[in-house]
Amino acid sequence: MTDEAARQADDIPPTPGQQSKAVARKGIWVGIATGAYGISYGALAVAAGLSFWQAVALSLLLFSGGSQFALVGVLGAGGSGASAIGTSTLLGLRNGFYGLQVSKLLQVTGWRRAAAAHLTIDESTAVSITQPDRALSRVGFWWTGLSVFVLWGLMSAVGAALGNAMGDPARFGLDAAAPAAFCALVWSRLQTRRSQLVAVAAGLIALAVAPHTASGIPVLVAALAAVVAGFLPDRNVTTAEEI
Amino acid sequence: MSLWTTVLLASALSFATKFAGYVVPQSVLDHPLTDRVMHYLPVALLAALIAVQTFTADHGSLILDARAAGLAVAIGCLLLRAPFLVVVVAAAATAALLRAAGIG
Repeated sequence: MTDEAARQADDIPPTPGQQSKAVARKGIWVGIATGAYGISYGALAVAAGLSFWQAVALSLLLFSGGSQFALVGVLGAGGSGASAIGTSTLLGLRNGFYGLQVSKLLQVTGWRRAAAAHLTIDESTAVSITQPDRALSRVGFWWTGLSVFVLWGLMSAVGAALGNAMGDPARFGLDAAAPAAFCALVWSRLQTRRSQLVAVAAGLIALAVAPHTASGIPVLVAALAAVVAGFLPDRNVTTAEEI
Repeated sequence: MSLWTTVLLASALSFATKFAGYVVPQSVLDHPLTDRVMHYLPVALLAALIAVQTFTADHGSLILDARAAGLAVAIGCLLLRAPFLVVVVAAAATAALLRAAGIG
């Protein structure tokens, strides 16, 4: 902070070293915020019937918050393992598309490529692709990815340990936390009218299907809303939609 | 399927999906239609998940309880540009308070 104040006073542009530090610091903050939320995941996971180690294994091996919440959500609602895996995998598909962008920025091979792929999630991608140059993109990706990985894993363990002692998570409103979190995550993508319509339509489709199918299935069927939106002509859509 | 099988299979598929992004040739995804459907897919899936988690009971029947109030508060927070953690905590607190008062 004192470095920054001195720099501003002297009106000297930041050195690459200072820029790197600022990006790394941002990555750590994202990790702390995500980690705090990991407590809720851990508690929900054990409430859904997973053991402590199963909850932690998901955080270390699956490592994708949305997919993990979806997986334990389906299992907690009594859904089959297959529909839990299906929902989790479908929700994780976006990570594959992040990889297309991020791999170009990172240019990694060998074991580093596998490590980078594992750390490719919403947070690391968001910090990485918003940097002004490739060097900072790499700093942002690795610091965010690793800090989220460590803190998410650690806090999941804390939540899973507390979860057993906490009793019914519903008493603390934890079952309301997950949909609120998804709502916050999806919020920034609801900038266009068509995106808003897709969200509402998908929600209604899921609720229409829910009473008649196994859990997990309604969410998959609701993907139809995205397919229809993608195939409809652009006549009523502003060019901002494509940006 | 045992829980461990579910955990490990989901993890393997998660990694396969992530890794695919690093090995898929660019040309495959340059088709505009694929690109557009993929653009809307996360929104559709998450919105459906929000609806199911908020408005259904254990066996998929529709229900209106404290979770719906939590979601309404979350949306209010988002309209006021509250940070992520505030949104989540406010929703959970709303549901917890309503239940403590014997509602929902």
